[in-house]
Amino acid sequence: MTTELKLPLYFDNNATTPCDPRVVDAMVPYLFEHYGNPASRAHAYGWVARDAVATARQQVASLIGAQPKEIVFTSGATESNNLALKGAARYLARKGKHIVTVSTEHKAILDSCHALEREGFEVTYLEVDSEGLISLDALRAAIRDDTTLVSVMFANNEIGVVQPIAEIGAICRENGVLFHCDGVQALAWMPIDVRAMKIDLLSMSAHKMYGPKGIGALFVRRGRPRVRVQPIIDGGGHERGMRSGTLPTHQIVGMGKAAELAAESIASGGVDKVRALRDRLWDGLRANLDELYINGSWEHRLPNNLNVSFAYVEGEAMMMGIKEIACSSGSACTSASLEPSYVLRALGVDVELAHTSIRFGLGRFNTEAEVDYAVELITRKVRFLREMSPLYEMVQEGIDLKSIQWTAH
Amino acid sequence: MGYSQKVIDHYENPQNVGSLDKADPMVGTGLVGAPACGDVMKLQLKINDDGIIEDAKFKTFGCGSAIASSSLVTTMVKGKSVVEAEQVSNAEIARELALPPVKIHCSVLAEDAIKAAIADYRQKRTEG
Ligand SMILES: Cc1ncc(COP(=O)(O)O)c(C=O)c1O
Repeated sequence: MTTELKLPLYFDNNATTPCDPRVVDAMVPYLFEHYGNPASRAHAYGWVARDAVATARQQVASLIGAQPKEIVFTSGATESNNLALKGAARYLARKGKHIVTVSTEHKAILDSCHALEREGFEVTYLEVDSEGLISLDALRAAIRDDTTLVSVMFANNEIGVVQPIAEIGAICRENGVLFHCDGVQALAWMPIDVRAMKIDLLSMSAHKMYGPKGIGALFVRRGRPRVRVQPIIDGGGHERGMRSGTLPTHQIVGMGKAAELAAESIASGGVDKVRALRDRLWDGLRANLDELYINGSWEHRLPNNLNVSFAYVEGEAMMMGIKEIACSSGSACTSASLEPSYVLRALGVDVELAHTSIRFGLGRFNTEAEVDYAVELITRKVRFLREMSPLYEMVQEGIDLKSIQWTAH
Repeated sequence: MGYSQKVIDHYENPQNVGSLDKADPMVGTGLVGAPACGDVMKLQLKINDDGIIEDAKFKTFGCGSAIASSSLVTTMVKGKSVVEAEQVSNAEIARELALPPVKIHCSVLAEDAIKAAIADYRQKRTEG
């Protein structure tokens, strides 16, 4: 316990993860020693690079139960989501122009949908319940004759809520529509099997699973049903024409290694260690403080995510008080839009409580000592800020905050 | 987020946090803002018969800049006359704390809190 902690503590692993040192070691030789272009067929430099890419493709494929030929490397999940939605929707436009997705998806999905709407596609945005989960009946009801694609994320980046993916896959398959899933947040934490879950397109990103930033992949199913996407980037025809551009060998090698390590960690209980840390954080906080509210389902949640509202304490003020902990807030003050998180709003979380939410994302490199430090610091700061909060005082005096005529500004 | 050193100082060492007796006829209470907007300020001023602000206390729910604005305001109005306190403007508060444009509303709220507290005091005097 006396070991020095490295501050600020990194509790923001839903935003990004550090590169695992084993990933870095795997990447480095491909920057200077083996710098060949994997597309160079005529010499050894090219062959070495091509073999490395082939290995990585295999590693990524095995993490999700796919075949190497079904993996298309991209610049990240933003691109994978764009390629999946625009690529599949446009390819199938003659069959139908209706897409179904969910109001709590990542912006890369929602904004791709908005772009498609401008092209004449129609999109249905499913609502979520107070736990952040979609209703399977609502999904069934939303699918129409002209629906070609359903896109539902595996796990939400803010609240970590995990959707019933296998059930969604089954519904899509029964109805003959494609199922795209943004798998980014789940990759390092949950077993994914694209065949068992009937996923047709799966977006991945390396930097949420201890790989480098700027590299991702899209799983595009082959076999039955065979999925086709129209490319969104034109050029030399790399990645079987779906994504042109010279393959960044070192990045791909890093993603491959990260995928291998993620698979190992899921199989060997590494994830349970992270869940235990997350639970220790939550148990510690709620033992010390009252009026804490978990945002999103506790049961259907990533093992590393804790999103909690500290009632009567504004999120940004809180973050300022706990600057020794790197985390993020759903408060309006921390966003460019000055609106509190659209995800929390979609769950029906009171705006007041949305302003007080903090997201903690635990990870592979956190320790019990760090969690204990965090519990102590957060407890102290919440008490300090509640002492300063007129809302907390009013509630202590028995005043119902809803009964007050607030002056909106 | 880039906070000015002044904001950080007030946030870490807020001046005059607390409450005065609402029922005291010498105390004016201003409660402004809304929880839904992410900031609420309660400012209380204790004003003597000569119209001088003897004491000021605040409680604020809001970001660091909102807390700093209210803390600063209590130090600015203490010892001032009511008439002088009414002259305190949001621009002055924003300048003093070097607030960025997105935080100007915090200083506006602090100005509103002074006005609301004085209005409450005056109403009490006319009623009482
Ligand atoms: C759920 C989800 N989808 C997509 C992305 C975008 O991934 P990338 O940063 O690789 O573009 C992220 C990360 O920000 C995410 O959390």
